[in-house]
Amino acid sequence: MSKIIVVTSGKGGVGKTTTSAAIATGLALRGFKTVVIDFDVGLRNLDLIMGCERRVVYDFVNVINKEASLNQALIKDKRTPGLFILPASQTRDKDALSMEGVQTVLNDLAKDFEYIICDSPAGIEQGAQMALYFADEAIVVTNPEVSSVRDSDRILGILQSKSLKSEQGGSVKEHLLLTRYNPERVAAAEMLSVADVEDILAVPLLGVIPESEAVLKASNQGAPVILDQDSEAGQAYLDAVSRLLGEEAEHRFLEVQKVGFLKRLLGGKK
Amino acid sequence: MSIFNYFLKKEKKASASVAKERLQIIVAHERNKRQQPDYLPLMQQEIIDVIRKYVNIENDQVSVQLDNNDDCSVLELNITLPE
Ligand SMILES: Nc1ncnc2c1ncn2[C@@H]1O[C@H](COP(=O)(O)OP(=O)(O)OP(=O)(O)O)[C@@H](O)[C@H]1O
Ligand SMILES: [Mg+2]
Repeated sequence: MSKIIVVTSGKGGVGKTTTSAAIATGLALRGFKTVVIDFDVGLRNLDLIMGCERRVVYDFVNVINKEASLNQALIKDKRTPGLFILPASQTRDKDALSMEGVQTVLNDLAKDFEYIICDSPAGIEQGAQMALYFADEAIVVTNPEVSSVRDSDRILGILQSKSLKSEQGGSVKEHLLLTRYNPERVAAAEMLSVADVEDILAVPLLGVIPESEAVLKASNQGAPVILDQDSEAGQAYLDAVSRLLGEEAEHRFLEVQKVGFLKRLLGGKK
Repeated sequence: MSIFNYFLKKEKKASASVAKERLQIIVAHERNKRQQPDYLPLMQQEIIDVIRKYVNIENDQVSVQLDNNDDCSVLELNITLPE
């Protein structure tokens, strides 16, 4: 049985693509055959984060329009076995994806893959709705900040009313992923805490990813941050993957780290 | 630390809780609106138009809310008439 997981947020720039790349890589590392699809038509970026931008020949829209076969368009990840990427089209035509087309491609992928991760575009319009419509589960990426939390609640409303699962009387399984978390600022009461966001959204917590310099470094190199297992962000994503698979894992990196004097002097990095 | 600094710090301390309170209110309001049927805004406008035939009221003097209980729905209509 194949599982479709959408990574969504409403608000832009909160870390959906970073998360899609990390979670997909993490699932493949755990031995599951996984494909990650870029639904951001016109603004392809997942290829850069996955480090396969030079190998894109065909894209999602080509497959839907039957200009290429799925096998021609799928890019095999060079680092992680069992991981494939389906890049977004760079077309400016926002309506290039059709519901039937998306369904056909997802059905075909479901024959081969155990996990299908859908990287949603920002917003709550057609593109975002298309990315979440067929989902079994949703990872709602949220930053501890008012507009992001409000938008997350709106996207939860859409998951609960405009997804296939909801139309069939069921529900999409929801997960909250809080990213760019800064324990120092939470301790100073300048930033919403994990508990605050959980209180407001009332969605089970999949994980908390700290604000981390490792994310920028990973995107510079085109290697998902989960592969940087020395970094806090990488470890936090590994934990999130474990929880996604139903395992228990304690939440880490929620408290201010006591940095030793020497480390502070030498400029300790996260 | 000057007294001025002290107050500045205090104000900062409250900022996350201000954010939380504001979010709780707006999110509750928007969830409520989401659960209401699509016809409600138009119905509200028509009710306002009817009342206006008799009394001069502003749009924000009428509030319409639909609450769903287990076995029935209650339509609550609140009209504040001018003095
Ligand atoms: N945990 C983190 N720590 C630091 N920076 C981060 C973190 N997560 C994401 N970022 C940065 O935030 C920016 C936006 O991330 P990303 O592209 O993943 O967001 P997105 O939600 O996919 O954006 P869009 O809505 O445009 O698709 C990037 O510059 C990324 O490096
Ligand atoms: Mg993105």
